[in-house]
Order: sequence, then structure tokens, then C-alpha cells
Amino acid sequence: MNPFSALTPMVLLGLTPLVLMLVISFHRSHWLAALISLVGMALPLALLAGTATSDAPPLAPLLIIDGYALFYIGLLSAATMVVVVLSYGYLERVPGNREEFYLLLTLATFGCAVLTASNHFISFFLGLEILSVSLYGLVAYLRTTRTALESGIKYLILAAASAAFLLFGMALIYADLGTMDFTAMTSVLAAKTREPSVLLLGGFAMVVIGAGFKLAVVPFHMWAPDVYQGAPTPVTAYLTTVSKGAMVALLLRYGQYGGLLDYDSVASVLAVIAVLSMFLGNLLALLQDNLKRLLAYSSIAHLGYLLVAVIAASREGSHAVTFYLVAYFVTSLGIFGIITALSDERKEADEISDYRGLFWRRPWVSGALSLMLFSLAGIPLTAGFVGKFYVLTAGVLSDLWLLVLSLVVSSVIGLYYYLRIIITMYLSAPADPSSPLPATRRFSFPEGLVLAGLTVLLIWFGVYPAPLLSAIQAAVGSLA
Amino acid sequence: MSLAWILLLPFAGGLAAWIAGRWSDLWARWIALGTALLHLLLLLVTWGVFFTRVAPAPGGWLMASKQPWIPQLGISFHLAVDGISLLMLLLASFLTVLAILTSWTSITRSVGFYHFNLLLILTALSGVFIAFDLFLFFAFWEISLLPLYFLIGIWGYENRVYATTKFFIITQGSGLLMLLAILGLVVVHWQATGVLTFDYLDLVGTVMSDTKAFWLMLGFFIAFAVKLPVVPFHTWLPDAHTQAPTAGSVALAGLVLKVGAYGMIRFVVPMFPQAVADFTLAAMILAVVGILYGALLALGQTDLKRMVAYTSISHMGFVLLGIFAGNELALQGAVIIMLSHGFSAAALFIMVGDLQHRTHTRELGRFGGLWAVMPRMGGVGLFFAMASLGLPGLASFVGEFLVLLGAFQVNVPLTVLASVGLVAATIYSLWMMQKVYYGANTADWQVDDTGGREMAIMASLIGATLWIGLYPQPVLTTSGHALTEMRKFAAQARATAARPEGTESAASAAVASTSPVGGERP
Repeated sequence: MNPFSALTPMVLLGLTPLVLMLVISFHRSHWLAALISLVGMALPLALLAGTATSDAPPLAPLLIIDGYALFYIGLLSAATMVVVVLSYGYLERVPGNREEFYLLLTLATFGCAVLTASNHFISFFLGLEILSVSLYGLVAYLRTTRTALESGIKYLILAAASAAFLLFGMALIYADLGTMDFTAMTSVLAAKTREPSVLLLGGFAMVVIGAGFKLAVVPFHMWAPDVYQGAPTPVTAYLTTVSKGAMVALLLRYGQYGGLLDYDSVASVLAVIAVLSMFLGNLLALLQDNLKRLLAYSSIAHLGYLLVAVIAASREGSHAVTFYLVAYFVTSLGIFGIITALSDERKEADEISDYRGLFWRRPWVSGALSLMLFSLAGIPLTAGFVGKFYVLTAGVLSDLWLLVLSLVVSSVIGLYYYLRIIITMYLSAPADPSSPLPATRRFSFPEGLVLAGLTVLLIWFGVYPAPLLSAIQAAVGSLA
Repeated sequence: MSLAWILLLPFAGGLAAWIAGRWSDLWARWIALGTALLHLLLLLVTWGVFFTRVAPAPGGWLMASKQPWIPQLGISFHLAVDGISLLMLLLASFLTVLAILTSWTSITRSVGFYHFNLLLILTALSGVFIAFDLFLFFAFWEISLLPLYFLIGIWGYENRVYATTKFFIITQGSGLLMLLAILGLVVVHWQATGVLTFDYLDLVGTVMSDTKAFWLMLGFFIAFAVKLPVVPFHTWLPDAHTQAPTAGSVALAGLVLKVGAYGMIRFVVPMFPQAVADFTLAAMILAVVGILYGALLALGQTDLKRMVAYTSISHMGFVLLGIFAGNELALQGAVIIMLSHGFSAAALFIMVGDLQHRTHTRELGRFGGLWAVMPRMGGVGLFFAMASLGLPGLASFVGEFLVLLGAFQVNVPLTVLASVGLVAATIYSLWMMQKVYYGANTADWQVDDTGGREMAIMASLIGATLWIGLYPQPVLTTSGHALTEMRKFAAQARATAARPEGTESAASAAVASTSPVGGERP
């Protein structure tokens, strides 16, 4: 197959921000900008359907567009489309220029796509920086509010520091292996028989720090609650899903090729990170009253679960990671989507108390939100359960009993705060009739459509996951 | 014959009731009642078919239907019914009818959603009783928690949020423990045969080392022990029972507790015979502790509903004793107690519900002398107090007698101690009668006696209790057939799995090094 046609989805993703920039400079229009970004994400998605089956040659030496990359590009573009729809309603009610938001958003997705397809440290770093720099702007987009500014600066400083760690790590690994190409690394590592050198291990450690920051796993999680709370809610949704998903995709590929997971010492460091994330995330979430903060901690715990499957590293491990991510994407986008869509000019619907009695006012919305929370908690018939089940299976198959037990115990702890939100919705509405009820905004048609679609997917993947599993097996199969 | 109707019927009926509830509460009630009655009727027909059908083929003790579901992981939608499943289904369906009837006037808030939850409990528990794929079993097991969670959380009494959260977290935690045990079992089977499957009939004959068997058995045991509940794991039960609406209590006592016992009979006993034999003494001690502890705490309660909840713990101790005594007699007795306790606990909870509906209290100290005001209710109460203490001629006598008879062959001292529980049952039952119905009407209650609907509920329960007490043979035949066949099947499967030792170990070692999700499965 022609390498250039294989590159088409990537080119389209790269063109979208360019087109947007040109259009904005001639004609400012909110809906036009949103439409262009939607089309820019939908086109590669439509192309994927045609190219997903053929296995493309690597575009040596930087990018490799295989089934794995295409699957993730599709997932990330679809998630970005959801974020665009949510952002439209959200930005309509804030003052100032709105069009540049989409520019940053599509640029960030382009960076994510580069990450999932990168086969080289250079593309890894380029993709990561494109993503990070766009995110600085997105997090602080509502620059007139203090919290947005604070979280933007927090994110900027910590992300820049972690990027420095990552670069240093890459340099150390390069010093030891003499190559930055993932595929070449495999052969160099295979030729080595001796113990890993200090240089290599040090390099791995630095890469883990850099990746750990993006994933917000303990102990690199400090930024998450504040940034989650301060950022515009659609951006929080983006941070939770697309940004983390791209990093996980890269980590899996690098783990397969670059030998990251072949060494016991690295695996045990990751295991410690996983256990800490699961417990600390779930325990600290118990103390939160702000839904966005709570979800930040919940996300820390979920990335901990995900790491269990990453450490399992077997083929089921990679499948489980991918399935879990898809389930987590659907669920998180749904929850943040509902938070976004319920917020109005007066008030962001991000306190748990805002949801009191929601069931009696908005039965459909609260039903969907309950399903999503059940999915996060891992109750059957939801996608989250199948994901968690798959992760547990991968862990048990690899004999990781300690990690698997921690996962079970910590998710029982986590159950408490999910139930707390759910039961709040079913309590009687607040008695005080004088103050206007929070969380009363009506959904626009696209918002309702997207949220209904996410709910349907949530149930579909939970009840009949077989088709998604085959798709994932085909896609991830190209990785090994 | 496809068995999916057992699940689809109540689920569809629940949805219909929910939708109808948007316009008319009465319609929601009638639709729910009609669905549950139809379900019960069809199950009775199936029971009739069961008696005419004796299939000699291996696995012929089942009516089964199987469809692939998640073939990549060896998970299938495998439903099957045998005698025990059938008895449990009948109990579940019967009690659901009563639960709907008992909430006819007492539930007024979002009636449609309420009946959806009731029928969803029936759906999920029916699924638990007929799932022959362990993944499917676990899924239904967990789903059954959701409607109960809502039932207690929305329509419960004053402290409902605490009770429902505690109930959900404890049972969900135990469920995850069981999930780990299931996964462990599946992996052991995969390592031995190279086949990744969650099918009960494949897994039941898995041969494994004694240590592995013990740990896996313990995982299953704890999960079921939480539901049963066995004493150190029982703390959720009194709270959940006390705060639940009457129908929720009926569902809890009549159905949810039975799921624990059913799981032990279906999974723990046939799958891990050696580990169960090693564990017998410990389990029987736990059972006797449960019998005595439940009875003792029942005596100490001031809340009538809480007291009935503790008597449940005591009765379930007999079930555990019967299951782990391990012989045919005791197992049969355990099945009978499951049914008889289902009837008597449901009756007592409905009685408490009716009393609370009239008097707005559950405090034992505030009752007294109610016989004079409501003699019909008093008579019903007396009947079920007698049933609860094990009067001959009533259902629980048959069950407890069989369990004690079977347990006596295994361990005499523990059986003697367990029978002390019967004396305690007499004390708390009579004490309850004394406090509520006899004595002076100090609080000067002026309330209506039981009406026609309430009497119909009670009459059906009295009929069922008398029937099993006087003529338990149809039930014993049904369960006995299933119990022996189940054990025979497991032993056979284990023998075939163990026999070709030399030839298969090399092949399985070769397969074990490859992925279980590879291409070798169809």
C-alpha cells in the first residue's frame, strides 16, 4: 500500500487546525469553527473504516500507521468530536473569543494521534509537546477567572518539568542503546544478554516519570484535582480521556518494542505506582464534595487499575488495556458531558449537592448518570464492568495476585463515593423553594443526542462486548 | 425449549409497569401483578413437565439452552433448569406476587419505578438460579443488588441511606471476592486443559491441587456466606431488613438469602469435595454459632422487624449446617428450610409491615393486647410463630428435623448444640406473641383488623407452609433427583479429567504456553 495514502488520516488531522486558523482569521463564527473541527475529526474516522483492515508499512523512521495506531486514532477522534459538541454549548455562555478553543482542541488531538503512531523518540516527544502546549491554552482558556488561570499555570509548570525528565530519560536510553527507533531498540535489546545497565534503568525511570505525569498516577498526581476543577468542564473531559488515552497507547507500544516491561525492576516500580494510585485515588475521593475533584481522584484510581493490565503485558493485557480505555472513554465523556450540559450561566453543576433530587426532576438524565457511575464502579451490564473483568482476567492469567487483590479491595472502597452521588439524586429535592434549583438547564439537541449515544454504547459494550473485543483483538494483534 | 422466557417475561413486565406508571399507578400495579402471576403459572407448568421427564443421557437432568455470548473469553449464555433451580424459581416467583400485593396500598411514590425494581429482582434472581455459566451467574448476582439498593434507598424507612449503602458495599465486596475465585478456577482449568471457558458443566470437574482447591473454595464460601448470612458476615442484614419497605424485606429474606445457600449447594459442594470435607468442622461450628447467636440476639431486640431479621440468621444457620453435613438427608433438609423460611419470614415481615402501616411503630414495648383489636392478624401471627419454632406438621419442622438427622451422623455434639437453637426459637416466638398480641392494650390501639387482600396473602402462605409440612414428598423428589445427579455428574467429570494423565499433560503444557485467546477456539 502506498505509504502516503496510509498517512491520510494523520494529514487530515494535521490540516484541520490549519484550516481553522485560516477561517478564523477571515471570518469569526462560533458554529463554523465547531463545524470545521467536527468535519476534521469525522473525515479521518470515515477513512479508517476503509484502511483499518490493511496493514500499512511503517513510514520509517518516525511514524508507523498500523491497525493499532488507526484504532486509537479513531477512538481519539471520536472522543474529540464528543468534546467539540459539549464545548459548543459550554462556550456559548462564556464571554470572549470562542473560535480559538477549537484550534487548540484539534491541535491537541493531532498531537495525540502522533503519539499513538510514533515509532521513535523524536515523534514521541513532538507529539507530547504538541499535546501539552495546546493543553496549556485549553486549561486556562477562561483566562478571566482566577481558578482557570491558577490551574493553567500549575499545569504548565508541572508539564514542562515532566517533559524535561522525559527528555533526559530519552537521552540516557539513547546513550545506552545507541538508537531512538523503537523497532531498532527491539533488536539491540535482543542482542544484549547482560543485566540492564544503570544508564538504561535510569532512562526507564525518567520515562516513567514523564508518562506518569500525563497519566496522573500517584505520586505524579498532585496537579490533577486542581486542574480538573479549574479547567472548563469539556477540557476536563478531554484531559481525562484523550490525553491519557494517547499516553497509554504510546506506553503499550513502547512497552512492547522498547523493553520497558521486560525488566522486573521496572515492573515492580509500576506495580507500586499502580497500588498507590488505586488506594490513594479511591481514599481521597471519599473526602470530596466537588464532583470534578472527585472524578479527578477517581481517574487516578482508574489509571491504577489500567496499569495492572499494562503490567500483565501479555496479549490479554494489551487487549484488556484497550478495552478498558474504550469503556472508560465512554463513561467519562458521558459523566463530564452531563455535568457540562447541566451547568448554566449562573452556576457550574459541579457540587454533589447540586444533584440532590435530580431523579424526581430529570429522570432520564439521572438515570443515564446513574448508569455511568455504576459503570465507573464496575457493576455488570455496563461497559465498565466488562473492562474491569477483563483487567482482572489479565491479572489472574499473569499470576499478579497481589495487584488483583488490591484492585478488588480498592474498588470496594471506591464504591462508597459513587453510591453517595447516586443516592443523592434519589433523595427528595431540597425543601427551600426560594432559591432557584441548580442543574436545571435543558439540553440542546446535539448534546442530548451525544449523551444518549454514549449511554447506549455503555450498555451495548456491557451486554454484548463480543464485536468490540474482536475489533480490539484485530487492532492490537498488529502490535505484537 | 429456550429458557430465556424465565428472564424476559418479568423484565418486560417490569418495563411495562414502569411505563404504565407514568399515567396510572393502578395500571402499574396490575401489570406487575399479572406478569408475576403468569411467571408463577408457567413455572408450575414447567414443574409438571419435570415430573414426566426422566432423561437418562449424561446431563439429562437439565433442561438447558446455550448460546455463544463472548466467544473470545469462552463465555456463553448458558441457561439450565434442574430440580433445585426449579424450586428456587417457584419460591422467587411466588414471593414476588406476594410482595406486589403487600405494597398495593402502602407504596404511593413513583409506583411504576417501584414495580420495575421488584420485577427486576425477580429477573436477576431467576437468572442466578438458572445461569450455568459462571460469568453469567456473577452478572446476575450483581444485577440483583441494584434494584434492592434502590428499593431500600428510595422507599425505605428513616435510616435508609446508611442501610442501603452498607448492604451494597458489603455484598458487592463479597461478590468481587467470588469473581476472583471464579477467575482462579477458570485459570486452573485453562492451565490443565488449554480451554478457556466459564461453563459450569466444564468447570465442575476441574482437577486441582488441594491448596488451590481450598483457597478457591474459601473465596466462593465467603461470598455466599455474606449473603446467607453466616455470623461474622451478617452485619448488613439487620440494618437492611429494618430499613427496607415490606416488599424489600420479603425479597431479602425470601430470595436474597436463598441465593447464598443455592450457591453453596450448586458450586461449593460439587466443585471442591475434598476442600469441603476438610472445611466441614469449621463450617458446622460457624453454623451452630449462627443458630445460637441469631436466636440470642433476636431475644434482645426491641424493634420487631429487627427481631425477625435476627431469627432469619438463626434459621439460615440450620441451612449451613445441612449443606456442610454433606449427606443426602441433611442437604434435602436444607432445601426444605430454604422454602419454609421463605414462607415464614415473608409472612412475619408482611405482618410487621401491616402492623407498622397501622400503628406507625415497630417498637415491641409499644405493642400489647392487639389480639383483642385484630384477632385475625393475631391468629396469623400465632400460626407463623408456631411455624418459626418448628411445630410438627408445619414446613420448618420437616426441614430442621432432616438437617438434625443428617448432621447427627456427622457430628453429635454440634447437633446437640444446634437443637438448643430450637428451644431458643420457641422462646423468642412465644415472647413475640406475648409482647405484641397478648397482655393489656396499654397503648390503647384502635386499629382495623386484616382486610381481604391481606388475608389472601396470609392464606396463601399458610397453605404453602401446611402443604410442605404435611406432604413434602413432591419437593423432596424434585430436589433429591437434582442433588444426586449433580453430584454424580461432578464425580464423573472429575474422573474423566483425571484419567488420561500421561497423554494429555504434554499437550496441555504445549497449549498453556500460548495465549488462551488465540485462534484455537472456534
